[in-house]
Amino acid sequence: MTATVDTAPEIAEVKRSFRPTWVDLFLWAIRIGAIIIIAAGLIGSISKFIAGEGPSARQWGDLIVAGLSQGAMYGLLALGYSMVYGVLGFINFAHGEVFMSGAMVGFISANWLFSNGMWNANPFLALFIVLVVAMFTSTLVAVLVERIAYRRLRGSPRLIPLITSIGVSFFLQYTFAGLFGVGVRSYPQAPSVFSGAVSLFGFPVRKTSLLVISVAVLSMIGLWYFVTRTKTGRAMRAVAEDKEIAGLMGIDVDKTIVTVFAVGGAMAGVAGLMWALLFRGVSFFTGFIPGIKAFTAAVLGGIGNLVGAMGGGVLLGLFEGVGPLLILDGLGIPGVSQLKDVVAFAALVLVLVFRPSGLFGEQLGSEERA
Amino acid sequence: MTTVTTPLATTATTGLNLRRILKLGLLGGLGMVFITAIGMLAAFNRRLLITPILSLGYLVLFSLPFLIGHLMARRVEKEGVATAPRTSADVVAAAVAGGLAGFVAGLFAILVNAAPGLRGTLPNLSPALVEVLTLGMGVGIGLVLLTVLGAAVAALGAGFHWLPPRIARAVSVAAQSVVAVAVFEAVIDDLFDWFKTIPNFLYASRGGLTILSAIVVFLVAGGLAYFLPGRIPSLRSALMVEDESKRRRNSLIAAVVVTLIVLVIPQFLGGVLNELLTNVGLFLLMGLGLNIVVGHAGLLDLGYVAFFAVGAYTTAVLTSPLSPFFAPEMSWWQAFPLVLIAAAIAGILVGTPVIRMRGDYLAIVTLGFGEIVRLLLLSDWLSPYFGGSQGIRRIPGIGVGGSEIGGTSINLFVYFTLALVAVAAYISWRLEDSRVGRAWAALREDEDVAEAVGVDTVKAKLQAFVTGAILASFAGALFSAKVGSVFTNSFEILVSIVILVVVIVGGMGNIAGVAVGALVLIGVLGGPNQPGLLQEFGEFKLLIYGALLVYMMLQRPEGLLPSARRAQELHQEEFLQDAWLDKGGQLAETAPKGA
Repeated sequence: MTATVDTAPEIAEVKRSFRPTWVDLFLWAIRIGAIIIIAAGLIGSISKFIAGEGPSARQWGDLIVAGLSQGAMYGLLALGYSMVYGVLGFINFAHGEVFMSGAMVGFISANWLFSNGMWNANPFLALFIVLVVAMFTSTLVAVLVERIAYRRLRGSPRLIPLITSIGVSFFLQYTFAGLFGVGVRSYPQAPSVFSGAVSLFGFPVRKTSLLVISVAVLSMIGLWYFVTRTKTGRAMRAVAEDKEIAGLMGIDVDKTIVTVFAVGGAMAGVAGLMWALLFRGVSFFTGFIPGIKAFTAAVLGGIGNLVGAMGGGVLLGLFEGVGPLLILDGLGIPGVSQLKDVVAFAALVLVLVFRPSGLFGEQLGSEERA
Repeated sequence: MTTVTTPLATTATTGLNLRRILKLGLLGGLGMVFITAIGMLAAFNRRLLITPILSLGYLVLFSLPFLIGHLMARRVEKEGVATAPRTSADVVAAAVAGGLAGFVAGLFAILVNAAPGLRGTLPNLSPALVEVLTLGMGVGIGLVLLTVLGAAVAALGAGFHWLPPRIARAVSVAAQSVVAVAVFEAVIDDLFDWFKTIPNFLYASRGGLTILSAIVVFLVAGGLAYFLPGRIPSLRSALMVEDESKRRRNSLIAAVVVTLIVLVIPQFLGGVLNELLTNVGLFLLMGLGLNIVVGHAGLLDLGYVAFFAVGAYTTAVLTSPLSPFFAPEMSWWQAFPLVLIAAAIAGILVGTPVIRMRGDYLAIVTLGFGEIVRLLLLSDWLSPYFGGSQGIRRIPGIGVGGSEIGGTSINLFVYFTLALVAVAAYISWRLEDSRVGRAWAALREDEDVAEAVGVDTVKAKLQAFVTGAILASFAGALFSAKVGSVFTNSFEILVSIVILVVVIVGGMGNIAGVAVGALVLIGVLGGPNQPGLLQEFGEFKLLIYGALLVYMMLQRPEGLLPSARRAQELHQEEFLQDAWLDKGGQLAETAPKGA
């Protein structure tokens, strides 16, 4: 009797000791490699900067502002991924297309407003109309997709809704390609009130960037209020925690899930207008890459964590805006602007491999997510 | 969560249920508007099926009212609920719903006609569209005509339920045969090159069946289906019998038959169709590889195209004299083993970081890898090594018996492709029931349990990635030898998705399923950059692939030809239910099969 008692802790001790497998070694090698590359790039860039070569301080400022405003857009998109994952536990791959649909249909209204002169005569109202159109379209598409495709898949293995959403994504892309043609459509030049730059802390900042960032902040505050202070928001959090119990407590689960998609869609619509303000050109393929990046942002911020999603978006935007020049140029790699997406995808891979629970922690329900 | 339906609810689907009529009619109308507005109708209208009365466009357009009629008159037999008898009210309801759908389409034509400004943003909303939609009669008559036609077609769809089952089946087989013969015009024309009488009789000079030949095909196929009952569906069930040894035997027979056909058919085909068959072979190779990764091991790899790219680019670098940095100018055969090694290394490099990752994150990470590979190959940074956007050209063909075969000698190349497909199929088949195959199955079902019973999950996952990568590199090596050049736009994410659709539509985990999927999808619709038989589908291919993916996930997640194991898993609940009903005694005698 006593002998067994004595040996038991030893066994436990042996099991607890760390024995790295070669997979661990491989992952550590990647980590160290990534750190070395980033450090070498940073040193290279800084020494260049000190030597007076490369981009000037003002150019760096531009890049940072551009990164921030893009990051705000990614953040709003990431909210949609984060909320759906938090509540239903799957990656809504089609969310990027929800965003694209808002931007595309918004284009019709912008074009119409431009042709009847209101775009420049009454810029705030015009932008508001485009915003409403984009939000409405995105919300409608998101809710329809939920109703037609996802609702029947509740409770199925996680990969099935993911594959479905990939199908939805391609269906929506090529629907819009059919409707609008495959070419890139350009929004009219931003109303004159918003063109040009203002000086902020000595740096000239594009007015559109400021507008985008302030719209993002406003939307975020509105969403935060909605989720934490209203009854529907509380129902959403309850459903994310546990669908069955929430149902027993008298919450209409179906309705709440529709609300989740609607709110995510509305945010995607706002992001659609931001895209239009920042880049002007929209096409049926506009949603795909930003969608994947926004998903990265959602994971980076901790999936299910709404404030984290916004923060993750801003971080990713900054990293993507500044990273190529800061790290890759410092390594002496030519044509870094082409590698913007590579940097974003590398961030995606690194985040998912090494920090799948995000920087700010996941806030998922008690259901098992592993 | 949902309200409990009372078990003996009266069937609300009978007679003139106004709500249902409105719902189906409006949905059908919106569907018709959708098909028109995305330009499908106009594009498909160029393809005549029966000259001069039926084009592919109208077939697709009016399939919607037909479906509405079919749905309106369908009786879902529920246990314990008396199914309402068929009445003429069904047909009326169907006709009203179909008419409503047609009316909505007609209104859309009027709208387009009245607002020419729409064309600026939505280029398909053109006068040509109005003309096609209203059958060239002007919007007023068109509205009436569409309503009447919609009602008539829907009534037809409803009336279908009245036919005795045997006749109904014969008619449906006959109708499908007419469409098939019309769609496969190019194949039949090519196959009977030595006996022109048949194609000359079947097809009009402008393409499409003639009215007479359509009637003949309809009667012949319908007659065959009527007098030889149950032959065609039994082929599919023969491949899916429960008994393992019988299934095995049937599969083997099917494989031998297919091999024989495949050896003979390319002899009779022309260059275009052999090119098509080669493309099917390439996608089949990749499908078989992805089938191992997704179907067997359950790892959803969305960046699978990266391995295809590795295969193609390694071949290009090793064989082409124009490889910018390192050009050993090997022959294809010398390069091939090195290509396989490169692919295996790529498999390990992609597989290792994702080994501990949960399934959906793995999908996104592999997608990221796929894009990184493509973007790096395209970038200025690596263009001194891989040619960037210029690609690598002048890749030699495959040396066989003193001559080089490549894209220019496609009639020989197709055999080479099919030989590699056979090798790949053999590898997958042998792996399926091997120790590795069982480890994969265990891994797919439950990783924790698999680990607990002693499966080395790390090893099994890497084996799946490496095997998949090697099969994709087969396709890559063939692809570069066939095309003679590689460019990054052949390796877009779309390729991964299309391969995924092939595997899922065919039936995950089943070699025959993947083969059917590749043949039907790539053969008829075409790959992302390769045209299929229905070239009119070109721009709508990916729309259809997306819709198919959704449809399969919702309705038949096991695919057209599922593997025995998977079909059992997915329908286990149904089996249990049946067993329970059998014990209850009430339904012990279900309808005898094959009566």
